[in-house]
Amino acid sequence: MRTGMKIMAPALMLVSGILMAAPLSVGPATKSTLTATFRQEGVPVESPFTRFSGQIEYDARNPAAASATIEVDMSSFDIGDPAYNDEVARKSWFDSRTYPKAVFKSTSTRPLAANRFEATGQLTLKGHVVPLTVPVTASATAAGTAFDGSFQISRKAFGIGDPTWESVLEDKVTVKFHLVGGR
Amino acid sequence: MGATHYTRTAVALHWLIAGLIIAALFMGWTMTGMAISPQRLKAYNYHKWVGVTVLLLAILRVAWRLKQPAPPLLPMPVLQRFAAHAGHLLLYLLMLVMPVTGWVYSNAAGYPVVYLGRFPLPNLVGRDHALALQWVRVHHVLAFVFAAVIIGHILAALYHHLVMRDGTLRRMLTWRRPDAAVAAGEN
Repeated sequence: MRTGMKIMAPALMLVSGILMAAPLSVGPATKSTLTATFRQEGVPVESPFTRFSGQIEYDARNPAAASATIEVDMSSFDIGDPAYNDEVARKSWFDSRTYPKAVFKSTSTRPLAANRFEATGQLTLKGHVVPLTVPVTASATAAGTAFDGSFQISRKAFGIGDPTWESVLEDKVTVKFHLVGGR
Repeated sequence: MGATHYTRTAVALHWLIAGLIIAALFMGWTMTGMAISPQRLKAYNYHKWVGVTVLLLAILRVAWRLKQPAPPLLPMPVLQRFAAHAGHLLLYLLMLVMPVTGWVYSNAAGYPVVYLGRFPLPNLVGRDHALALQWVRVHHVLAFVFAAVIIGHILAALYHHLVMRDGTLRRMLTWRRPDAAVAAGEN
């Protein structure tokens, strides 16, 4: 009986979580991850944002109604070395003192398959607002509904870059996310 | 077999690797003090490429040596003979180990190694800041060990040439087809 409850409880929570479609909170606390991969002289460097948060509304029966708002603390980008993290906070890069947060806010969702949809919205970063369409795969995991995907952006479209680095740093940056919805 | 000379392949590999190792040590010495800049990034990349090249050539050289054994040491006291063998063994070990420690450090620091900017090498470890600090230490300490062994190697060669006046240094400078290789039908 007890073991039965132990197994049932998370399963019920999972099912109700998907059915009720109340907003899901995502962030590092829910084992979510968010990384950006930039390329220097052909070397891909994938680094995490360690602080971000967001709300996702998602109903598996009606994915077209899904919506999401994700906020990223730009000073939490961790390249792995304090000197580089300081460099990336500078004006020509993230200027994270002036623009501490990047925000993605979805405006519409288009279902692609049973568990896949395309979220279109706006990414606000360093004072620039750029439209963005992101493919998302939703899956039920033990920890909650997980949303996975990646997309490429042009850093220059957001005014990120320093002319002296142009010859070694590529414009395209790949953002990868694994967002697990908790409550 | 009575070979008294190194094959041309062995001689070429010796000097090529020697030049690359000295270049890598010099780059390592200077780049670590550079301020964050594209130049520093390039210096690190080139250092990695040189290191990977040393690793590849060292593997080639060991394979070649197994196929074409080095000529025996010239007559010398037992202690010197032992020192020569130990020193050479150490040089081979460092040629193989040193690039790998740099590779591990680079991966642990979050940087994959992309040889010549085109050929991505597999990541040996995942990104781990604490691990990176340990491996960079190993890499640095071995750099000094390597430099010391190389200086010892050069001094020993000069000692043979100038004091003992034997052919040790000369046979690594001789660019000719060894008799044994000719006899074995190598072309």
